[in-house]
Amino acid sequence: MKFARLVWANLRRNKRRTILTTLSVAVALFLFATLRSVLTTLAGAAEVGSETRLITTNTISIVFPLPQSYYERLRAMEGVEAVSWANWFGGVYRDPQDFFASFAVDSDTYWPIYPEIEVPPEQLRAYMGERTAAIVGPELMKRYGWKVGDRVSLRGTIYPGDWPFTIRGVYRATTKYIDEASFMFHWDYLYEKSDRQADVGWYILQLSDPALAPAVAKRIDDTFRNSSASTETATERAFQASFITMWGNVGFFLNAIGLAVFFAILLVAANTMMMAARERTTEHAVLKALGYGDRLLFGIVMAEAAIVTLLGGLIGVLAARLLFSAATPFDSWMPGFSVTWPTIGLGLAIALVIGLMAGLIPALQAARLPVVQALRRVA
Amino acid sequence: MAVPILYNVRSLRQRPVSTLATALGMALVVAVFIAVMALASGFSAALARTGSRDNAIVLRQGADSELASGLDRDAAQIISAMPFVARGADGRPLVSPEVYVIINLDRPGGGTANVVARGVSAQAFEVRKGVRVVEGRTFRSGAPEILIGRSIASRFGSTAVGDKLRFANRDWTVVGHFEAGGSSFESEIWGENEQFMPAFRGEVFQSVTFRMQDPAALKGLEQTLEKDPRLRVDVEREYDFYANQSTLLTQILEFFAVFVTSIMAVGAVAGAVNTMYAAVANRAPEIAVLRTLGFRPAAIVGSFLLESVAIALAGGIIGCLLALPINGITTSTTNWSSFSEVAFPFRVTPDLLAAGLAFALLMGLVGGFFPALRAARMPIVQALRQA
Amino acid sequence: MALVEVRGLTKTYQRDAQVIPVLENLDLDIEKGEFMALMGPSGSGKSTLLNLLAGLDHPTSGSIRVEGQEVSGMSSRQLATWRSRHVGFIFQRYNLLPVLTAFQNVELPLLLTSLSKKERRDHVHTSLNVVGLADRVDHYPRQLSGGQEQRVGIARAIVSDPTLILADEPTGDLDAVAGDEILTLLERLNSEFGKTIVMVTHDPRAADRSHRIMHLEKGVLTR
Repeated sequence: MKFARLVWANLRRNKRRTILTTLSVAVALFLFATLRSVLTTLAGAAEVGSETRLITTNTISIVFPLPQSYYERLRAMEGVEAVSWANWFGGVYRDPQDFFASFAVDSDTYWPIYPEIEVPPEQLRAYMGERTAAIVGPELMKRYGWKVGDRVSLRGTIYPGDWPFTIRGVYRATTKYIDEASFMFHWDYLYEKSDRQADVGWYILQLSDPALAPAVAKRIDDTFRNSSASTETATERAFQASFITMWGNVGFFLNAIGLAVFFAILLVAANTMMMAARERTTEHAVLKALGYGDRLLFGIVMAEAAIVTLLGGLIGVLAARLLFSAATPFDSWMPGFSVTWPTIGLGLAIALVIGLMAGLIPALQAARLPVVQALRRVA
Repeated sequence: MAVPILYNVRSLRQRPVSTLATALGMALVVAVFIAVMALASGFSAALARTGSRDNAIVLRQGADSELASGLDRDAAQIISAMPFVARGADGRPLVSPEVYVIINLDRPGGGTANVVARGVSAQAFEVRKGVRVVEGRTFRSGAPEILIGRSIASRFGSTAVGDKLRFANRDWTVVGHFEAGGSSFESEIWGENEQFMPAFRGEVFQSVTFRMQDPAALKGLEQTLEKDPRLRVDVEREYDFYANQSTLLTQILEFFAVFVTSIMAVGAVAGAVNTMYAAVANRAPEIAVLRTLGFRPAAIVGSFLLESVAIALAGGIIGCLLALPINGITTSTTNWSSFSEVAFPFRVTPDLLAAGLAFALLMGLVGGFFPALRAARMPIVQALRQA
Repeated sequence: MALVEVRGLTKTYQRDAQVIPVLENLDLDIEKGEFMALMGPSGSGKSTLLNLLAGLDHPTSGSIRVEGQEVSGMSSRQLATWRSRHVGFIFQRYNLLPVLTAFQNVELPLLLTSLSKKERRDHVHTSLNVVGLADRVDHYPRQLSGGQEQRVGIARAIVSDPTLILADEPTGDLDAVAGDEILTLLERLNSEFGKTIVMVTHDPRAADRSHRIMHLEKGVLTR
């Protein structure tokens, strides 16, 4: 590109302006990448739940318990390989605003059914042998400066009183969509300390074959239809997705903001390009007098605009990618929050579109510039 | 002496496209700011309207929400008999022991939503002054009948008067719709507590709400109830209880508004800086003339700042106008404190508009500062030579 | 056959409903190797004539042939290409691009050719040598004097070895000494390199350096 130097020289002409424009595109694309990643992370979270696991809850809603007696009946279902259960505990550590997930799990069956939650074997052994033991996510350990062996006490919101625990293990999630800020402990402890008030919150079923999921789910729900607690069974993936829909119309909301950001930055960029081109009217006329064609001039002005916005876009999306892979400020809210490569690609495409749209008017003006008049203005 | 404003007006008109583009960029920032804040404001207003300052709500000790709470009949009886509970015209205590559950309703568009079903006493409509049946009638005692909150009625199927809605393994007849002054009650389904109790969790209430004889005496009755060994409860003013549920989400939204708009503002201000520098450069000879005539550097700074602020304020006003139409548009979100969906309208308040304008003003000052300084510091002789 | 043959050239401008004639039925031959000065009061149409010869503007009627090729009927696109090959233009205000060095300014017309980078470099150095600025190659316009800037402008005009060099008041912005240097340079280009030059000027001393002086008055050529 022998004209690259001309474009580059023009960009360096008013460095402050070029830097400011690049900066404004960069921050806009940073924002875009962040907002977009909220959506992709939510969408991703709705798709990661296993298809070979089913979740059975009370039909009324997840806050209603299921009887323990269902365990044996679920295990006996054809196509079901293993069954476990858990219940929401809703404990509060120090500050109620400082929320994290805490739940009781059936320790004998829970860990085998979730191979993607890894606990070091010796820690798991220590945990299994102690009634008040807990296994905690690395995020939480970091947040509160806990160490394995620490005694911590949670205040129960559903099951009253203070609940002492001893941290015996730290799990690691091998898929990024599993929250690393959860607190898990023995369901038996919950059951005993709550004076046998606690029931099962939900059952987790491991299937031998994901293709059986619809049939098994239907058979389960049919079986319990007229029991004391009727059930609602769905794949873990569908179950996860139902939580995602609780966020409401986040997509529309974020897209609307994204659109506003897009137009705001388009205005800034277009304004800059027009100012830059206006100052250079004479130079464009001179280039034309030297034999530079309309299309070439159009291309040079366009290239200038596109380079600024692409550069800004690149800085913005990469900054977002680096920032959110180094620090995950929303981790407990949105496990697995990260800027994906498709988002980066889309961001760059948007930056390019902004550049082309911003450059269009000045480029057309340059191409259509009547040389004689433009030259006369200076001569 | 200040530089005449007419001079700025004229120079703004000399570059209308640039001025407009800069102002519109800022307008979008202000509009997004107001819109997100209006969302937060609408949500917190809906919850603030839910509770009354005259009522107190009693939950089981340690429970942070109605969902987590449980109170038996004895406790409800004890509370009803307390002297600080206001009484109605018929002499009965104005108290509503309530069953509070979350049920799944199918959305017309697919998926399900968590909706609150609240079993209330006959006195509930007196305890909660703002609740009014607007269509149909109220439920009869002993019948499987329900009232539907106004904002649910428009969003879910089988909620028209006369329809049957199925939940908790039973069919319930919709006998009326109610409104509750825009509060989150309008996102709930109400029925009789004695009907809901067996259908859901058995012999347990989740909360007891009562009208206080003397709303100022909350502290005293709080102590009486919380110290009562038979009860083991927490007491809170009903207004505070619901208003606090909005704190978390409101804070998140406000953080989000500030996060998004301050980043946007960086871009918009960069645009303003570019525009103002160009204005300064274009008018170097004029500035030199003004200086030669005896205008002081401070007057030049003032003049350019004024110009930048004027552009920003124009942007701010346009931003307000852009954001204004969303006022009143209903949206919904999950209230994570109660785990249920709440519908509420965006709320663009005069305060928000003022904040938006102040935001624009700030952008104008920041964007104009350095260019104005440059104008004031321009060497006169050199600038004159350019003329 | 003359290098440039102008026949019946007419140019009028439309201002509102009024038609303003600038050039009227003008005939002119310019021989190869000629150094011609075009004089006349301002508004006489001499710049218009120069612009038409440069292919920057379209005549209202009449024809311009350069090396037997009809220029007046070309499209804007063809004209641009034609200009890059056949015309070297020298401006009164030099019109160098401030962001480019002397070398890069001179190189601009060559970017439109298919010459290799090395060939371009050789051509640029040759041009700058001719105008005596071999030691100012990497200077930016603002680091040069007016006379030096104009010499870069001339180097730019000759770098593509054009058929015709057109100069619009090339000494108009310069003091007497620098102006004289530029005129000497143009003379040299003409005598030493055989360049055909048409120069618009209103300075009689500049015009005296040429071989032929044409006067343009109210759109009509006189000797």
